[in-house]
Amino acid sequence: MPRMTMIEAIRDAQDVCMAQDEKVIVFGQDVGYFGGVFRCTKGLQEKYGRHRCFDTPINESGIVGTAIGMGAYGLRPCVEIQFADYMYPAYDQLVSEAARLRHRSNTDFTAPLTVRMPTGGGIYGGQTHSQSPEALFAHVAGLKTVIPSNPYDAKGMLIAAIEDDDPVIYLEPKRLYNGPFDGRHDRAVTPWSKHELADVPDGHYRVDMGKAAIRREGADVTVLAYGTMVHVALTAAEETGIDAEIIDIRSLVPVDLDTITESVRKTGRCIVVHEATRTCGYGAELVALVARHCFYSLEAPPTRVTGYDTPYPHAQEWDYFPGPQRVGAAMKKVMEPA
Amino acid sequence: MAEKRTFQLHVPEPECRPGDTPDFSSFDVPKAGTTKRPPVDADAEDMHDLAFDIIRVTDDDGTAKGEWADTLDDEAALKGLKDMMTVRAFDARMLMAQRQGKTSFYMQALGEEAIACAFQAALRKGDMNFPTYRQQGLLISTDYPLLEMMNQIYSNSADPLHGRQLPIMYSSKEYGFFSISGNLGTQFVQAVGWAMASAIAGDDKIAAGWIGDGATAESDFHSAMVFASTFRAPVILNIVNNQWAISTFQGIARGRAATFAARGLGFGIPSLRVDGNDYLAVHAVAKWAVERANLGLGATLIEYVSYRAGPHSTSDDPSGYRPKQEEASWPLGDPIERLKTHLIARGVWDDKRHDQAQAEIESEIIRIQKEAEANGTLHDGPHPSPKDMFEDVYAEVPSHLIRQRKEAGI
Repeated sequence: MPRMTMIEAIRDAQDVCMAQDEKVIVFGQDVGYFGGVFRCTKGLQEKYGRHRCFDTPINESGIVGTAIGMGAYGLRPCVEIQFADYMYPAYDQLVSEAARLRHRSNTDFTAPLTVRMPTGGGIYGGQTHSQSPEALFAHVAGLKTVIPSNPYDAKGMLIAAIEDDDPVIYLEPKRLYNGPFDGRHDRAVTPWSKHELADVPDGHYRVDMGKAAIRREGADVTVLAYGTMVHVALTAAEETGIDAEIIDIRSLVPVDLDTITESVRKTGRCIVVHEATRTCGYGAELVALVARHCFYSLEAPPTRVTGYDTPYPHAQEWDYFPGPQRVGAAMKKVMEPA
Repeated sequence: MAEKRTFQLHVPEPECRPGDTPDFSSFDVPKAGTTKRPPVDADAEDMHDLAFDIIRVTDDDGTAKGEWADTLDDEAALKGLKDMMTVRAFDARMLMAQRQGKTSFYMQALGEEAIACAFQAALRKGDMNFPTYRQQGLLISTDYPLLEMMNQIYSNSADPLHGRQLPIMYSSKEYGFFSISGNLGTQFVQAVGWAMASAIAGDDKIAAGWIGDGATAESDFHSAMVFASTFRAPVILNIVNNQWAISTFQGIARGRAATFAARGLGFGIPSLRVDGNDYLAVHAVAKWAVERANLGLGATLIEYVSYRAGPHSTSDDPSGYRPKQEEASWPLGDPIERLKTHLIARGVWDDKRHDQAQAEIESEIIRIQKEAEANGTLHDGPHPSPKDMFEDVYAEVPSHLIRQRKEAGI
């Protein structure tokens, strides 16, 4: 089985879908001839032709709006927004149109599109190359929102997204493109080739939506994380020696409530970790679900380790990014007797 | 030392406000039949003048004139007349139904009936319109059941959209009528995407986008233009300039700064400006654009010059912002009267037959209305199930919606 980076896995997923279904169309800024600024669509135009994979004008609303029209026609567009930070001009099309088309037309028209967006920080990306806007999608009825944390999931989840009949927001933590970053920016990043979740099967397979994955079993505290924060939490558990159960949420909507509640009922403690800003972030929903469904099992208040409620800074990258020290400190704190 | 300059913000104002005498004297109306008809494969560059002219076919005496005439036989023109009369009678009836509290909301297309009806007559089955809320003529002229429209307006138990949508936000894939959204401009770029899909799939179907004068200021108008031009999409981009966006005159969207049609020129899109109250002219221009798209020559932009004769909606009162009777001064007249005059001049129609047709259309609408009301109205009679709210948000109902449905006791 080949070992792949996230980039290769994402490219391979699109290749598999384009090969098996001529309705799958890939487009966005720089995704055609050049193969994408992150190389995620490299070679697709050469292999499938300009009518299946092409460059577009710099117009996010146009990219998503035309994709909706194509979906209504019967194609399956998989489009790219170059950075999640630049999705805002497309927000009207995503929220008002893609998300509601099936419902408002009583299934007369549907929007089976996938919108890929590189997301997250930890790369000195500053304000507009680091944001994590997942809460803005998770809040929207009719959208599915997913975020993989490794190459195996990246491929299987992208295939599942492209094959899904609902609009899917597929967020790619760009910090994980080349290796499993754990927040230890002082150390060299290990490449995916050293990681078993980089074993990516050839051909078609799916990682179905709505299922979380337990990355580390533990008895002391449940950590709910996704994207880059999964790797941060694993390192924090190792460094603190706290027997944390680390759950990779993977699918924000629909969310795997059973896996979450089963774990929190077992550990009695819960920490939610995400890069996104805190107030009204997706963590608030996770905490509310845990409070509602696991209240009588809790031995400590559910807590959040998140980005601060500020724009993403440049120079203060590692003060902002919730690294293993901050997550580890939260683990220790939540284990203290009340 | 130069004198210090300060600026004054320019805010355009219409020529007339309530209390003023309506005045369209500055509005230049070319004579019917004077505009040239270029070949459909003409370069956009060679027809710039058409974006600043107004293509007109029907003269004041009802004669069809010039190179754009004769795209319809009498039978088709008679159907056009009846379609427009049906739209107007339907609108009047539904306006009354709203006043009677049978529905919450309605929007008429009074004075704009020719545009949708004549355009639709140029399309083929399988082509797809991406309409706004004021193109009910597209449905009516394809003989979409009026009963279904009323069921939707009443949000009753037979509503094809199960009570989920505001009245008049119709949807019918079968009739080539894309689901209407409340968000302006969004469908304009979706139409381009649908047309691109047709080209990607190697199909021969075309798409038509629709937008009003006010909504051309939305960013998606620009998105649609650049994508349509870049990818040479088989799409017709229709701007219905009815002079008013609720209370805002078209000058706020800069309609007469260079005409709305002229917006297409910067993208290299052939752009035409047509008398929107002239059924024959609208049909001729639509047919030209359809032929052009069918030949794979790409997009066409059409501005229909018309006038919103009625209130914006049942929630609007135009006497608060424009002169009373302004519609009566509108120099392009009334589309139904003009086509009627034409058909009478042709000797295929007369006042008696017109009055009879009017009575038949009205009584048929009343009959259908009774049928619709038997399925319920907004506040009376059978309703869509509350359970239905939770359906079709996704292809399958996810577990969190099942939980919420149970919480609601449904």
